[in-house]
Amino acid sequence: MSHSATSSHETGGKNPGAHPIVGHLVPTWLLVFVGTSLLLLTIITVAVRYIDIGEFNIVVALGVAVIKATLVCMFFMHLRWDRSFNLLVFVASVAFVILMLAFLIMDTNQYRDLQFDGNAPNAEATLQANAPGAPVARFKPYSP
Amino acid sequence: MTTINLSQPLDTTVRPDNYLTHTSGFMSWAFTLDHKRIGVMYMVSVLLSFFVGGVFALLVRTELLTPGQTIPGVTADVYNHFFTLHGAIMVFLVIIPSIPAALGNFIMPIMLGAKDVAFPRLNLFSYYLWVFGALFTVCSLLLGGFDTGWTFYTPYSTTTPAGGVIAALTGVFILGFSSIFTGLNFVVTVHKLRPPGMTWFRMPLFLWAIYATAIIQVLATPVLGITLLLLIVERAFNIGIFDPSMGGDPVLFQHFFWFYSHPAVYIMILPAMGIISELISVHAHRHIFGYKFIALSSIAIAIFSFLVWGHHMFISGQSPLLNTLFSLISFSVAIPSAVKVFNWMSTLYKGNIVLNTPMLYALSFLVLFTIGGLTGIHLATLNTDVHLHDTYFVVEHFHYVMMGSALIGMIGGLHHWWPKMTGRMYNETLGRVACVIVFIGFNVTFFTQFFLGSQGMPRRYYDYLPEYQIYHVISTIGSYIMALGFLLTAYYLMASLFGGRRAPANPWGGGSLEWQCSSPPPFDNFAKQPRVGDCYNFSAIRWDEKEQGYVVDPALQASVNPNLAAKNSH
Repeated sequence: MSHSATSSHETGGKNPGAHPIVGHLVPTWLLVFVGTSLLLLTIITVAVRYIDIGEFNIVVALGVAVIKATLVCMFFMHLRWDRSFNLLVFVASVAFVILMLAFLIMDTNQYRDLQFDGNAPNAEATLQANAPGAPVARFKPYSP
Repeated sequence: MTTINLSQPLDTTVRPDNYLTHTSGFMSWAFTLDHKRIGVMYMVSVLLSFFVGGVFALLVRTELLTPGQTIPGVTADVYNHFFTLHGAIMVFLVIIPSIPAALGNFIMPIMLGAKDVAFPRLNLFSYYLWVFGALFTVCSLLLGGFDTGWTFYTPYSTTTPAGGVIAALTGVFILGFSSIFTGLNFVVTVHKLRPPGMTWFRMPLFLWAIYATAIIQVLATPVLGITLLLLIVERAFNIGIFDPSMGGDPVLFQHFFWFYSHPAVYIMILPAMGIISELISVHAHRHIFGYKFIALSSIAIAIFSFLVWGHHMFISGQSPLLNTLFSLISFSVAIPSAVKVFNWMSTLYKGNIVLNTPMLYALSFLVLFTIGGLTGIHLATLNTDVHLHDTYFVVEHFHYVMMGSALIGMIGGLHHWWPKMTGRMYNETLGRVACVIVFIGFNVTFFTQFFLGSQGMPRRYYDYLPEYQIYHVISTIGSYIMALGFLLTAYYLMASLFGGRRAPANPWGGGSLEWQCSSPPPFDNFAKQPRVGDCYNFSAIRWDEKEQGYVVDPALQASVNPNLAAKNSH
């Protein structure tokens, strides 16, 4: 890993006689550092599960997940050194996922008052009929 | 933009070696990496599927000639299989791959002056994925068929006793990957393989349309793949995702499905719009009007396509808030669509219009797309949609857009590039006659369905009240007329392969790069990479009697751009 992190990812280029450099090379220490960070963040995610901070549990868990995803994209997927157009494509695709989920959640939210917790009225009976013996997740019983 | 793109001596002599004769034998086609051969294989496969889908359409129309059973043996269940197969084949096997994968594969790299697409192996893999997807769909017939409609709506699709549902879903899943890979290939090709001089705003508009389509293919199709996978999981393993009796949500399926399938509508129509831009400009011999607006409206349509899926679900139980939002956003699609239509009309104005077959198809497109687009406004309006939803009005609307526009555009493009693909000219008179027959047949078939729909005839029904019969009879007669037109088309195109006049390099007077190489193109497209300018500048192109085609006149070229002409003379 003698190439520095800032080396070009063009092939050939200035010195046609040299070995063609295919792709961008990231130094090992940086990969190890990012990998270790990801492991530490995973430990944090698991640890937070044992501390009850109410609604903030989900905020912390998702926050950590976002940081981890960003690290993977920037360093393992090389977006940090890539053309900004590729970053644009990536961000756009994430934006489309957010768009779809946002619309879906908006729709569900409109019906919040009509929703109830637990399984649908016939869920257990249907499951038993279709797949006898299959495990059924039990929520608190439905009471209209 | 005063330069002309025909900036190098034309490479139009018919070489003894072209892509058809370069190698021979079955294996040379089965394992070819040549984009032209892959394009031809796609075209043959798509046209065969079009024939099969067309036969199912005729069966559906014939069955609807009279109320109750018309064809002996065709029960309501069999009828359900018929329209499902018609829809699924036409959408997934024909329209989606027809222009990008078949025509796009053949023409795009040549338009770019490139030797091939960016990833030739991936290209061949995409084709075989298409074949496998089609085989799975055929297998579904052997396993009992499927009667869910091409939309696979839950909970019916998870509970129907038809045995071929999972095979069909797997087939469509695989076809989706074929589409994704093609899209990926084309995005990279347009980014990386443009020739010197071809800036983004000098690309032929067909390439803009293919590029916008490819982006939708890459972004939207994975959603369909995952949705179908979830449906398979629910049907095979009884995991409640969409079935409410197991705690699932059927409206969620519709959200997922239309998040792909509405953009898919633009996967179908955008490339056809690209073709129309080429046809109108070339056959009117006039510089395209509003180039940048047409190009950017393709991108605008691609973006809008992701924001309007909910207009398929106004009466599905979607919340009033979302209904209102989707209705408003749906209207906005009219803006880029109208930008295109007005620019095409302006291109025709004072143009030197030649009414040959491709131009007739382009004019048909303008009429049919305008009708199809304007009827969309009725369906985007919340209160009228409640009345018109799931009636023949919707059938009419999407056939005007999907068939009257997307497929007519494809057939226009096929005629436009047929001389380039095969090296032969077809019978122009028969071509014009067939186009008129198809146009008349199409309108007789589908315009009638306006009346059926607005009077409340529901779609997908096997039986109907006697007062609807007259419309059904007219519609069915129209479908026979249309079939006649297509059979005539098949006849003269096939006949041209055996006895057609040899095609010149540039039979229509086009200015883009594909008209610079001989017909059919050589294996490597261009001996050296061409330089390009404005591909819609026709001022230096004139008819040559000896060539029986169009050529660049050096004298005219010198008067248009002396600098470029001087460069080329060296």
